[in-house]
Amino acid sequence: MAAKPKSFYGHGLPKIDPASLAGSLIAIEGTDGVGRSTQIGRLIPWLEVQGYAVANTGWTRSPLLADTINEAKAGHELTVTTFSLLYAADFADRLQNEIVPALKAGFIVVADRYLYTAYARNAVMGADPAWTRDLFGFALVPDLVLYLKIGVDRLIPRVLQGKGMDYWESGMHLALGSDIFESFRNYQSRLIAEYDKLAEEFKFLTVSAEQPVDAIQTEIRSRISEHLGRRKKGKARFPALAPAGEAVKP
Amino acid sequence: MLSEPHPYPGRLIIVEGIDGSGKSTQVTLLHRWLASHGHQVFFTEWNSSILVRRSMKRGKKKDLLTPTTFSLLHAVDFADRLNYKILPLLKAGMIVLADRYVYTAFARDVARGVHPEWVRAVYRFAPRPDLAMYFRVPIEVSLDRILSGRAKLKYHEAGMDLGMSRDPVESFRMFQSRVLGIYDDIVAEFGLEIIDATGDIHHQQRQVRQLTRKILKGYRGTPAEPPAVAPVEGTA
Repeated sequence: MAAKPKSFYGHGLPKIDPASLAGSLIAIEGTDGVGRSTQIGRLIPWLEVQGYAVANTGWTRSPLLADTINEAKAGHELTVTTFSLLYAADFADRLQNEIVPALKAGFIVVADRYLYTAYARNAVMGADPAWTRDLFGFALVPDLVLYLKIGVDRLIPRVLQGKGMDYWESGMHLALGSDIFESFRNYQSRLIAEYDKLAEEFKFLTVSAEQPVDAIQTEIRSRISEHLGRRKKGKARFPALAPAGEAVKP
Repeated sequence: MLSEPHPYPGRLIIVEGIDGSGKSTQVTLLHRWLASHGHQVFFTEWNSSILVRRSMKRGKKKDLLTPTTFSLLHAVDFADRLNYKILPLLKAGMIVLADRYVYTAFARDVARGVHPEWVRAVYRFAPRPDLAMYFRVPIEVSLDRILSGRAKLKYHEAGMDLGMSRDPVESFRMFQSRVLGIYDDIVAEFGLEIIDATGDIHHQQRQVRQLTRKILKGYRGTPAEPPAVAPVEGTA
C-alpha cells in the first residue's frame, strides 16, 4: 500500500505544500498521566537504532509561548476561548518552526499530544466544537495517531503514585466535585469519553495502557513498524541515514 | 457573534484604518465629547493586553512570528481584552471605544497570507460593534503623516517580515496598499461606515459624532449615570 499524501485539516499554513513533506508524523495521544512521555522516551532511541532520524515535539513546548502559557495557568484567569487560542498559537509555532522543517528533511516527528487534546478538553469545557475545529484548520493531518487508552479507575492509582493530582488535570477550574479526588475522577472520565469518541472519528490506533509498560512499548513499536513498512513499500522516501544517534536536529 | 447584534445594554464603537489614517485622533475627540455628556466611556486598544506582551515582544524581536502565529497572538490578546475590558462594560451598560477591532486582523493577517475564511472563523466569538467607522486614506497621505511624526516605520507595520523590499518606506507602501485593498472589501462585507480621512479633522469629527448620535438613540446609560443630557445638534 502506498503512503498517503499529507494534507491539512482546513486551510493549512500559508505557502506550505503538504506534498513536500517527506517524513512521517506520528502523534501519541492519551489523557493526563497515562504514560505518554515514558513511552516516547523509549520509542525514540529505538527508532534511531532502526536508522530513522527522529524529532520530538510536545504540547505547550513552543519557545514563543511556553512562558506565557505557564504564567496564564498560574493566574487561573482565562476563559476557554483565550486558552484555546493560546494553545493554537503554541501549536502553530511548533508546526511551522519544528514539525514542518523536520518532515521536509525526512524525519519521523513524534508529537506528545496533538490537536485532539484541544478537541477533547474544549468539548469538556463547553467550547463550541465547530469553532475549535475551524481554529485548528491550519494543522497537518498526522500519518499515524496512537491512542493510549486507560479507564479512569486504572488511571487514578497511576497518577497518585506518580506526581499526584494537579489542579488543571483535575479540572478544578470547572468545579466538578467537592474535592480534588472527585473532581479528578469526574473531569478525567469526561476527557477519556471524548478521546474515545475522537478515536473512532479519526481512526486512532488504540493501544491499551492498562498493561505493563514493556508490553505497551512492544505494541507501540509493532504498530509503528507496520506503518513504516507500508511507507517503504509505497515509496522509499526516507533518506539513508548515518548511524543512529548522529542524526542532526533540523 | 459577529454575525448578529449583541444583546447588551452598552454600546460598542470601533474605529479602523491603516496607521497614519488619523483614527486615533478621532476616537480621542469622540471620547471627550461623550464624556462631556456625562457618559461612562471606556477605551481599549488593539494588541494591548499584558497576557501576550512577552510572547509578542520575543516573537517580534527574534523574527519568530509566522503569519499564523502573528494572527493567533493577536487573537489571544483580543479574547483576553474582550473578556475583561469589553464584555463586562457592555453588560454594565457602558460605552466602549475600541481603536482597531477584528477587521484589523481580517485585513492585515490576510495581507500576510492567512486564509480569509480561517481568520473570520477564529474571531467568530467577537460581538458585532454598534458602530464601526473606517478612516480611508491614500497610502501617500498616511506615509507623510507617519514620517513627519516618529520618522521611523515600525518593522511589522511596514510588513518587513514579508521580505517584499529592504527599504522600509517601499515595503510599507507595498504592504499597506495590499491592506487598503482588503479593507475596501471588508467595508462592503461588514457594512463599515467610511470616513474620508484626508479631510479636515474638525469636519471628520462632525461626521463621527453624527454617526454616534444615531446609535445612541434609545441608549439608557448605566444605572449610576445622572439622567442623560441628550447630545444636542450643533455641539459637534
